[in-house]
Amino acid sequence: MTRRVLAIVGIVLVLAVIAAVAVFLNGTNIAVLNPMGTIATQERQLIIFGTLLSVIIVVPVFALTIGIAWHFRAGNTKASYRPEWSNSRVYEGIWWAVPAVLILILSVVTWTSSHQLDPARALTSSVPPLKVQVIALDWKWLFIYPELGIASVNYLQIPVGTPVEFQLTSDAPMNSFWIPQLGGQIYAMPGMSTQLHLMADQVGDFHGSSANISGVGYAGMQFTTRASSPADFHDWVDSVRQSTSQLTRSQYDQLAEPSVNAPLTTYSMSQVGLYDEVMTKYMVPGMTAHGMVSP
Amino acid sequence: MISSILGKLTPDAFIHDPITMGGALSMVVIGLGLVAFITYLKRWGWLWREWLTSLDPKKIGVMYVVVAVVMLLRGIADTMLLRAQQASSVGASHGIISADSFQQIFSAHGTIMIFFVAMGLMFGLINLVVPLQIGARDVAFPFLNSVSFWLYIAGFLLINVSLVIGEFSAAGWLAYPPLSELQFSPGVGADYWLWSLQIAGVGSLLSGINFFTTILKMRAPGMTLMKMPMFVWSVLCSMTLVIFAFPILTVTLALLYLDRSMGMHFFTAGGGGNAMMYVNLIWAWGHPEVYILILPAFGVFSEIVATFSRKRLFGYTSMVVALIAITFLSFIVWLHHFFTMGAGADVNAFFGIMTMVISIPTGVKVFNWLFTMYGGRIHFTTPMYWFFGFIATFTLGGVAGVLMGVPAIDFQVHNTLFLVAHFHTMIIGGVVFGFFAGITYWFPKIFGYTLNERLGRYAFWCWLVGFLLAFVPLYILGLMGAVRRLDHYDASMGWQGLFIVAAIGVATIGLGIAFQVLQFVVSFFQRRHHRDLTGDPWNGRTLEWATSSPAPVYNFAIIPQVSTRDAFWEAKQQAKSSEPPSYEDIIMPKDSPLGIFIAGFAFVFGFAAVWHIGWLAVLGLVGLMVSIVFRMSQDNTDTVIPAAEVRRIEAESRARRLAA
Repeated sequence: MTRRVLAIVGIVLVLAVIAAVAVFLNGTNIAVLNPMGTIATQERQLIIFGTLLSVIIVVPVFALTIGIAWHFRAGNTKASYRPEWSNSRVYEGIWWAVPAVLILILSVVTWTSSHQLDPARALTSSVPPLKVQVIALDWKWLFIYPELGIASVNYLQIPVGTPVEFQLTSDAPMNSFWIPQLGGQIYAMPGMSTQLHLMADQVGDFHGSSANISGVGYAGMQFTTRASSPADFHDWVDSVRQSTSQLTRSQYDQLAEPSVNAPLTTYSMSQVGLYDEVMTKYMVPGMTAHGMVSP
Repeated sequence: MISSILGKLTPDAFIHDPITMGGALSMVVIGLGLVAFITYLKRWGWLWREWLTSLDPKKIGVMYVVVAVVMLLRGIADTMLLRAQQASSVGASHGIISADSFQQIFSAHGTIMIFFVAMGLMFGLINLVVPLQIGARDVAFPFLNSVSFWLYIAGFLLINVSLVIGEFSAAGWLAYPPLSELQFSPGVGADYWLWSLQIAGVGSLLSGINFFTTILKMRAPGMTLMKMPMFVWSVLCSMTLVIFAFPILTVTLALLYLDRSMGMHFFTAGGGGNAMMYVNLIWAWGHPEVYILILPAFGVFSEIVATFSRKRLFGYTSMVVALIAITFLSFIVWLHHFFTMGAGADVNAFFGIMTMVISIPTGVKVFNWLFTMYGGRIHFTTPMYWFFGFIATFTLGGVAGVLMGVPAIDFQVHNTLFLVAHFHTMIIGGVVFGFFAGITYWFPKIFGYTLNERLGRYAFWCWLVGFLLAFVPLYILGLMGAVRRLDHYDASMGWQGLFIVAAIGVATIGLGIAFQVLQFVVSFFQRRHHRDLTGDPWNGRTLEWATSSPAPVYNFAIIPQVSTRDAFWEAKQQAKSSEPPSYEDIIMPKDSPLGIFIAGFAFVFGFAAVWHIGWLAVLGLVGLMVSIVFRMSQDNTDTVIPAAEVRRIEAESRARRLAA
């Protein structure tokens, strides 16, 4: 009797927790499942597909566990007892084969999605891409728009519906660049240049951050990504170009000094090649960003 | 003058912020209290003779477990600080600890939980059980076993000393360069991390060789490989991984130390170094390490499920094939820890698919356990509770793992709390639950009485509920965009509620640990009522239950002859001969304190290397060499237990058994 009461209390508690979680999550932004960009949308699709596929295994495992444990409990003397039964080619064949088939399906999906969603792969679009160079500093993000002659710190603005081609490096420890609602991460590493292609489908402000520990100011490496209409974007670019603060080399060196929770700043810049300079700083003499130079 | 004598060590090393100071002080006070208590009981001689210098794997196993539990207490205390910080450090509030302390604590938490809790519990169980299960009296290299244990203790001391003298690494438990390089981590923290792992890691490698050899060479006559208990198989696979993986760790740490201390450029960003090489190397060790821990836990469950279902393990051959497959595959998946590094799609896809393939043999094992129960008579003892908890958590964690095996999904959850939740699901639900089950199961064999079942169940429920409360919110937080290792975040993120739930979960797990400690204490006082007089309290199947409980120092008076799997179960089915056996003298290794000296000097060397104290390093190294040479030159390392003594001990245990 008490056991039954306990079981009922347990079930009610579980349901209450599920309900509470559902109510709580109703109003929150689950960024990864609430994509605002092409890449993030496809990545969410994969998450959903993978989860559904795994249900094929999880449900039988849970059902079998509960069913077998209950039926063959020691107290149930009516259950058959076959202490020597320990082999079955058929059964074992099934549970080698079924997971293998599922994994085969998932492997095909993995292979194609790895290529389709390769961060280095350019997005196909009739709109020409926007180039953004990202430098992770201690402890802030510097965004350089090389074709537009502007730069910004801890703030990224992009036009909606336009592929953005990121090139990333670090002038500090390794960081990982992530805007969950637009798509997955890529590392920013000193002396290396990684690539990432994203595109916002909708207008909005999206949270971005570093996902790899880089020192005491790591928690402050947050930035806002504003996806705006192309017109608004160009207005913003124009206003930044009017900005009096110029990102020169010496200004950059100052900026690169460690500082926490750096304020949002914008710069106009006339110097080209800052990104390459930062990259090559870590190269062995005789190397360039594009490989070995012949002497 | 003083500065050159003491290297980088200055009085500043003893000055900390209040919370660290509190931790350091309480540790020192507990340590001194323990010393005073033992002195008061006048137990130093006993401790030294019976335990510290012992070469008996059963005693070494117990010491491993005790130290691992002590470290578990520190690890969980660290966790409480971390989650308290994350639950309170929102918006304008910056919580209870500084960013630097926070980072030191999570680095220590990971290092401690893997190297000193999980590894300690694992080597503890292996020491306790493997010789008994293969019908052996000892391990292949008994003295080396003691050295391994004491090197583990040296690493343990070094990591705890860092709390009092100096600081610990703030670069995460795997200390990626360039952050862990001198330029960004100029303090001694990274060196403490490096040397405590280096020393403990060498101990692990030696243990790996020891048990690999023990299993291959010291099985009872008739026990072919395919007649070994499944736990022994799992240990054999795990030790194979240790032998292949730990040298990689040793080399990687050595290279990092050369970078830090001698200005070399293996992993620096400048000077031709390449940090990506470090990340590859550390995971080429780190991924197999996960399987080093989980395989023996699988082995434990294989024993427990069969015993408490009163039935043979289902699909023995499949189980062995699955273990070997996992062992092999675990070496070709390491890149899935950094899909986000920008390797090409082909490389990422290959490692992603290999990662998923591992789930096939793992799934087979789960089904085989379930069908071990099918047609059995299941007794719901505490170890079985841990097993069911394991199935529930591990299956869900495995699904998360397979999802993350898809590179394009991993891009969205890598280094987030989703990942943190995933690997804690595998380590807690798999490794920790497995080892707890194993400790409960084999406890009577070592101490002669069973553990209190009721308290064990309470502990289990606290752990399970606490685990769900602590980690389900983390899965959600990860999907909400919360990355790991944040000491502060903005209130607008809407994360605080879930962090508070997670903190409550940690407290619930803490309650579970309290129940476990209570379980040991209560069971000790109730031991008269829970004596295992038969040596076989669970109606067991394997050889360890054939000898008396607690097992005599020589394990078996007569080495058993094995002709089938589940050798003891089969023996029980046949009529026993009542002829009194004739006993012979038993040769056992003589206890030796030299393991303590070797590891003690290794500790001195490690401490000196951390603080750059040249003369002390030389002293440590010379002491280490001298101790080893001294041991090598000893002739008389064996002791004989006369046949008469064996007869007396066996007669006593037989009398106990008959009285039961």
